[in-house]
Amino acid sequence: MQTDTSPYLLLLVLMVGALLLALVPIGLARLWALTASPPKPGAEKNAIYECGLESKGDAWVQFRPQYYIYAIIFLVFDVETVFLLPFAVSFGGLSAGAFVAIMIFLLLLVEGLVWAWQKGVLSWK
Amino acid sequence: MAETLDQIFVALKTWLVSFAPGQWQPLVSAVISVAAIIGTFASLFALTTVLERKGLGRIQNRYGPNRVGPYGILQPLADGVKALTKEDVVPRKADRVVHFLAPLVLVVPVFLALAVLPVGRNMVAVDLDAGLLFFFAVGAVTELSVFMAGWSSRNKYSLLGAMRAIAQMISYEVPLILSSVTVVMLAGTLSTVEIVEQQAVYTHGLADWNVFTPWGSAGFILFMIAAAAESNRSPFDLPEGESELIAGYYIEYSGFKFALFFLGEYIGMFAISGLGITLFLGGWSAPFAFLSGIPSYLWFFAKLMGLIAVFIWVRGTLPRLRMDQLMNFAWKFMLPMALVNLVVAGLWRFLPGGVTRWVICSAVVVGAYLALGRAVSGRAGPARRSYRFAD
Repeated sequence: MQTDTSPYLLLLVLMVGALLLALVPIGLARLWALTASPPKPGAEKNAIYECGLESKGDAWVQFRPQYYIYAIIFLVFDVETVFLLPFAVSFGGLSAGAFVAIMIFLLLLVEGLVWAWQKGVLSWK
Repeated sequence: MAETLDQIFVALKTWLVSFAPGQWQPLVSAVISVAAIIGTFASLFALTTVLERKGLGRIQNRYGPNRVGPYGILQPLADGVKALTKEDVVPRKADRVVHFLAPLVLVVPVFLALAVLPVGRNMVAVDLDAGLLFFFAVGAVTELSVFMAGWSSRNKYSLLGAMRAIAQMISYEVPLILSSVTVVMLAGTLSTVEIVEQQAVYTHGLADWNVFTPWGSAGFILFMIAAAAESNRSPFDLPEGESELIAGYYIEYSGFKFALFFLGEYIGMFAISGLGITLFLGGWSAPFAFLSGIPSYLWFFAKLMGLIAVFIWVRGTLPRLRMDQLMNFAWKFMLPMALVNLVVAGLWRFLPGGVTRWVICSAVVVGAYLALGRAVSGRAGPARRSYRFAD
């Protein structure tokens, strides 16, 4: 499976192939449902599942903020890895001084992590 | 002979493509590659589902599936027919469009991620310069799908499962990428093909796999733990814990859409295990020089099956983590450990080769492991094991 001139053509074909892999069986299942087992919807059957009892209240409510705090810390470190990747690719030709410089950059972020740890943000309550 | 056998699929594809007229050749070549990828990994998925149920059965002292076909090997076929004929129930209150799109958004990116994995010598679908970055970029889309499924179902269990899944996946994505950065630092490239080729050289008959170095072995362990969490495998299966959330984010899915979630999760597991093999276990290369006569693709798939066996074994052995343990482990142990591993990789390059380099780097890894373990667990050394019901 050697590479060809345009890699994006293959990615496009792969995307279409994966979509077909998902959509063709869904279509077949729908065909089966239409011909052999027509759906019989009902109030109980199409209700939201909740342990056999009627669902109380809506699920689309305000959620606990702890999840978002983790998301913010994740964002910081994800952007950091984006900065680290170009450094990592050229690491073979860098001097020890450049390595120390990037370690100082890392240290600044570690400081942030330690601060968050001290604040108790990282402890799940 | 060994050379022919090794390149047999490459030769087969070149032969098939030569039948197509000139301007159609790129498209035909792409279609053949895609058919090979989808066919291979979809069959591997079918095989793995039955192997997993068999393996878990053995671990739990029961038989597992043994009725459909010899030794239950045709079970996936029966499951497929069942998934196709089940009624597709969508809750009345659900957001129908997003509910329909979520399984597609899961299946397409995990297959795209497979495109950059070299499964054999000269056997890679696309050799992108930034292959690793591409893998992580499409791998991150699965988080979107999980949230789409959980949110659109309008079910409390599925929303809670989706929230947990997002928190878990983003927390473990940081150590996952950071542990791969060490490999990039010492390989000097983001191309998966080149990373494997650099590991496929032999010193004293032993391959130069990254896992045979202090930073590589630490990175590999971190990578595989994060990979288990990324693919929502036990012991990190909080988002879909049957006993607490019934099935988590895909509770409101039935019929073939449910099967697609199943497919997507397994293909995602193969993709991330394949990346672990590519980065740390030498991809398609043989461990010893005298074994390199065996075709390269057999090595890749043997390693993949080995890692899948470990995943099944872990699932049958370990209990599920608690939410606070899960988050503490990600942020207070995995992340600092991955950062220390970056420093170790730097030291590895700047220190002169030999025994001292090995001793210093191993000492830093083990020291960080002990110090962090003490900081997180709050005690020195492992606690004494007590068997509550067996004493």
